[in-house]
Amino acid sequence: MTPEEFKKIGETHQKKREAFKYNINVCTAAACVSLQSEKVKDELASQVKEQGKKESCRISGTGCLGLCASGPLVTINNGQALYGGVKPGDAADIVKSIDKKPVKRLEIPADMPFFARQTKIALEHCGNTDPEVLGDYLALEGYEALYNCLTTMQPVEVIDTMVKSGLRGRGGGGYPVGLKWSTVHKAVGTKKFVICNADEGDPGAFMDRSMLESDPHSIVEGMAIAGYAVGATHGYVYIRGEYPLAIKRLKAAIKQAERQGFLGKNICGTPFSFDVEIRLGAGAFVCGEETALIASIEGKRGTPRPRPPYPAQYGLWGFPTLINNVETFANISPIVRKGADYYASIGTERSKGTKVFALAGSINNTGLIEVPMGITLREIVFEIGGGIIGGKKFKAVQTGGPSGGCIPDEYLDMKVDYESLAQVGSIMGSGGMIVMDETSCMVDVAKYFMDFCRSESCGKCAPCRVGTAQMYNLLNLISEGKATMHDMELLEELCDVVRNTSLCGLGQTAANPVLSTIRFFRDEYLAHIKDKKCPAGVCVIEHKEEAVL
Amino acid sequence: MSSSVKIKTLTIDERQVGAREDQTILDVARENGIKIPTLCSLKGLSAYGGCRMCIVEIAGTPKLLPSCMTTVEEGMVVTTNSDRIKKYRRSLLELYFSERNHVCSVCATNGYCELQSMAQEVEMTHVHFPYMYPQLDIDATHERFILDHNRCISCTRCVRVCDEIEGAHTLDIKDRGIDIRVITDLDHPWGESETCTQCGKCVHVCPTGALIERGKSVGEMSKRKQLLPYLTKMREAHE
Ligand SMILES: Cc1cc2nc3c(=O)[nH]c(=O)nc-3n(C[C@H](O)[C@H](O)[C@H](O)COP(=O)(O)O)c2cc1C
Ligand code: SF4
Ligand code: SF4
Ligand code: SF4
Ligand code: SF4
Ligand code: FES
Ligand code: FES
Repeated sequence: MTPEEFKKIGETHQKKREAFKYNINVCTAAACVSLQSEKVKDELASQVKEQGKKESCRISGTGCLGLCASGPLVTINNGQALYGGVKPGDAADIVKSIDKKPVKRLEIPADMPFFARQTKIALEHCGNTDPEVLGDYLALEGYEALYNCLTTMQPVEVIDTMVKSGLRGRGGGGYPVGLKWSTVHKAVGTKKFVICNADEGDPGAFMDRSMLESDPHSIVEGMAIAGYAVGATHGYVYIRGEYPLAIKRLKAAIKQAERQGFLGKNICGTPFSFDVEIRLGAGAFVCGEETALIASIEGKRGTPRPRPPYPAQYGLWGFPTLINNVETFANISPIVRKGADYYASIGTERSKGTKVFALAGSINNTGLIEVPMGITLREIVFEIGGGIIGGKKFKAVQTGGPSGGCIPDEYLDMKVDYESLAQVGSIMGSGGMIVMDETSCMVDVAKYFMDFCRSESCGKCAPCRVGTAQMYNLLNLISEGKATMHDMELLEELCDVVRNTSLCGLGQTAANPVLSTIRFFRDEYLAHIKDKKCPAGVCVIEHKEEAVL
Repeated sequence: MSSSVKIKTLTIDERQVGAREDQTILDVARENGIKIPTLCSLKGLSAYGGCRMCIVEIAGTPKLLPSCMTTVEEGMVVTTNSDRIKKYRRSLLELYFSERNHVCSVCATNGYCELQSMAQEVEMTHVHFPYMYPQLDIDATHERFILDHNRCISCTRCVRVCDEIEGAHTLDIKDRGIDIRVITDLDHPWGESETCTQCGKCVHVCPTGALIERGKSVGEMSKRKQLLPYLTKMREAHE
């Protein structure tokens, strides 16, 4: 297909949309679907028919709008009106009021800080296109970046764009994307591979799932551009089996892209060929680690192996392999389209661009957000997040999941970027952000994450296998008020041993939640140990009566 | 392998040494008489990198790396025996002893066990982590061998020798974390195995008393350490 042709498809779609006075979009991403948004969509369609408004109203599904906790969400003309908590029974009123005043009881102010404070790049299409319709994607300049790369740029120029953009991997490590691409590009191999890591195993994280459900073509396009840049012809998306909707939409997107010549042989009439296959993950957290993921695609037991050699040199079946996260790939086509300078103009000195977070916990607006790097935690929690539920007192925000840490209120004005988070003993991670109020016990939080690590440890290396189990047991003793100060010393010693001697990132970071809670909330640990009390009242401590002999 | 193998020079424990570019730090250290403790690596088997005993410091790299799987690089400065590494090795070994039930006084490999001698090597005097005392099974269904999970350190030497040398693939690993176990066939009793050739290789590469010959009593189960080097040599001679 020529660019004129696919622009035309896009324009036709656009015109089709514009022919309707009211475009009613219903969120059909997983959270809203689980709240019956499909039914809402059907009911809206039949109301439009019934009320004779078929000429002026068009109903479509769309991706995640971010405010998932207030779902199902419905927007009219991309924000002219925004409704939350819509039930099928509300459809009649929504259609009735379409050319009048909005339905008050369902209305969410579209200019609320939750939306106003975000900068959407990776999520640019989420909520304003139908993820199942290629034409919608094309209407928003979809696949233009790929076409431009293939026809006007050398692979090294594409890599250079990534270097200049300052984009860093969004899967947790934050490794510079341009540098990784360049390594794979330079690596010698008769074959090369591109892998998209969609294993997303952090508890509570759903950024990658949401992007795949809401805008699958942007991931496919990002992978194809990467393939061109590094010289790969095959791509794999390794995706959690627990994400059926994301899998379905990604499959559909790959098929559509193949049919229109954006994937397959001689893409857009150029010599470049690239295809994408889906591989389902076995559901183990550790399979998200790149060497374990590669072993799993090869059909072996999904356990990590020591690096070096890195996959960039020795990856899938021994060939040079580029592996990036879903969000990383979602940023590629916007960077090519808008320019590296634009992307690099957002963010801080060493952390450029935006980051997607899944806001959860004791916060009013839970959901999916994309914010510029360098925004403060306070802005995220109190403006975008709308503050703590029930006006309770803020206690800490946890970032980085089982590899991250808890950040107390004295750092609320800290800028969110890779370096600052590391300085306070946490990490950016893949984007989980859990807000905790005064009713959370930090020992309990540490215990929760250690329980996760201990059950997700693959068991290959002794420090992680035995160490996480030992640390969990010690945390359990502390939470039950049965520990001594000696146990606390053992815990801290184990943190050091496990961090420094484990084979992969899981073990190397498993101690982080413990270390950071000890660092900032030591008195809570001491209260459990010395006073046999849980200050937050979460841990159950049995007080045995002294036996009288 | 290419005919023109490059030679690299590096420093191990303040000694200048030469190495082929495809050698691991462990290989080179051994060639030069520098001892690095190992449990999972065994010449003749594929590398595993799981036991972590062989960790070394490499100047300029913040992470400790397993010498058994790290290939040499020009100008590398390696330290194999700093106080920090020694301390970690002791802690690792203590973790092994705390994990399962190592009561040497009633073990057939008492006196011949690599885990036990490693304890001496790293100057371990006691276990200061809590013992976990799990209740694990003993598979005594095989007519010639016994698999005692209580003494297994999950090094997978047995799994690798069975797969890579014997080609039977009777042994495997199941589950994860602290629940990890060596299994025979699809977790059926060893005695019912249709794939096991009874070759005994697994028993002789096992560093501990987890795999022993039936009928051996306390302190009677020495292992034929030369078996694997012999087999490997024979193979190479054949090729
Ligand atoms: C235990 C463990 C789990 C991981 N899980 C994921 C995951 O679910 N998704 C992901 O993208 N990266 C995950 N990673 C990081 C990957 O190993 C790898 O660094 C990443 O996919 C590289 O992509 P990026 O550079 O775009 O971030 C995990 C790492 C570890 C140690
Ligand atoms: S650190 Fe944990 S998850 Fe990683 S290889 Fe070791 S046991 Fe497995
Ligand atoms: S296996 Fe080794 S360390 Fe364990 S009981 Fe037997 S002799 Fe002792
Ligand atoms: S005796 Fe031989 S075939 Fe049987 S399990 Fe051991 S190594 Fe495998
Ligand atoms: S049985 Fe022996 S060789 Fe096999 S994993 Fe256990 S300790 Fe290692
Ligand atoms: S899933 Fe509907 S708004 Fe996020
Ligand atoms: S000998 Fe190197 S990790 Fe076991």
